[in-house]
Amino acid sequence: MSDAAAERAAERRLPPISQLCVGSLACAVVGTILVAARMPRDVSLLPSVLVLALGAALLVGSIVLLARISPFAWGVFRRVAGWSLVGYLVIAGMVEYAFVYDSTPGRVLAVLSGTLALFAVDVPLLLGFSVARYQLPGETAR
Amino acid sequence: MSEFAELAPTAPTMPRAAQAPPSFSIVPVQAIPIVAVVLGGLVAAIAGNWLWALDFYHVVGGGLWTGVDLFVGFVVGPIIGRMSIPARVEFSTRFMPKMLLLMPTLVTMTLASGWQLARHLGNLQAGYPHHPWLVASYIVVGVMALVAIAILEPANLAVLFELKKPQPDGELIARLMRRFIYTAGITGVAQIATLVIMTRVAVA
Repeated sequence: MSDAAAERAAERRLPPISQLCVGSLACAVVGTILVAARMPRDVSLLPSVLVLALGAALLVGSIVLLARISPFAWGVFRRVAGWSLVGYLVIAGMVEYAFVYDSTPGRVLAVLSGTLALFAVDVPLLLGFSVARYQLPGETAR
Repeated sequence: MSEFAELAPTAPTMPRAAQAPPSFSIVPVQAIPIVAVVLGGLVAAIAGNWLWALDFYHVVGGGLWTGVDLFVGFVVGPIIGRMSIPARVEFSTRFMPKMLLLMPTLVTMTLASGWQLARHLGNLQAGYPHHPWLVASYIVVGVMALVAIAILEPANLAVLFELKKPQPDGELIARLMRRFIYTAGITGVAQIATLVIMTRVAVA
């Protein structure tokens, strides 16, 4: 890779995908805290659901923006995001297992599963994008 | 996780291709079986609801998480700042991949066992007298998780990929490393708050 090409890859202006992913992740954290702080009282889940919906919208927005970037180091992105997804699915799966094992009530479980799904997709997306944005398009990870 | 906070101030002067990049693996594959054993033990502790094992995982994981965070941020970081740039690069390529496996494992150990332990002891109930302390701990952990996962881990990984290149970009590495400086204070305060909260809850 030449110096000039590497500098272009590092300085290219890209859509705010990282910011959207971080916002989405923050929604997952806030949604989980809202539920956990009031357990096991039977309170409205509406605030958590609204935060979760906002997080999902931010995640979808980041995916749409990401898909429209061209050219991009998709090989590196797929490799980093793919392996991260495997790792974070294991973590999310373990937490989900604990929730199910603890007989978490259905509605609460649905909200918590939603926040876990956001977490498991957000982080790999963020990691893949954060690495691939500084690679030359068409480059593969070593 | 404020390691390498001292790298940034001088790193922009590091010329591109100042030296041949060292050979290293971004993920230390040999350590994955150890992580698997640790996580397997965690699943067994949760499934068996073994109070001692849950307490062990929570205390050991939490102690190491806090200790490593503070030690690396406030002891190792400044030492690295006084090293020569080639020495910093060599240290980083050996140290950061290990942190990539170590920290998520410690965090998972601490949080999963802590949740199950609190449930086992009835501390999750809203009627628990010290419930506000637990809610405060959720918020502190949430902030630490966001900083670690959303800000530091992507920077850590991007730096490792940059160091893999034949001609690493010193300015880019320095720019990414500045995140560690900006967040070091937040992480330090959050870890100390965690120590205060957990010791309060433990003697309650």
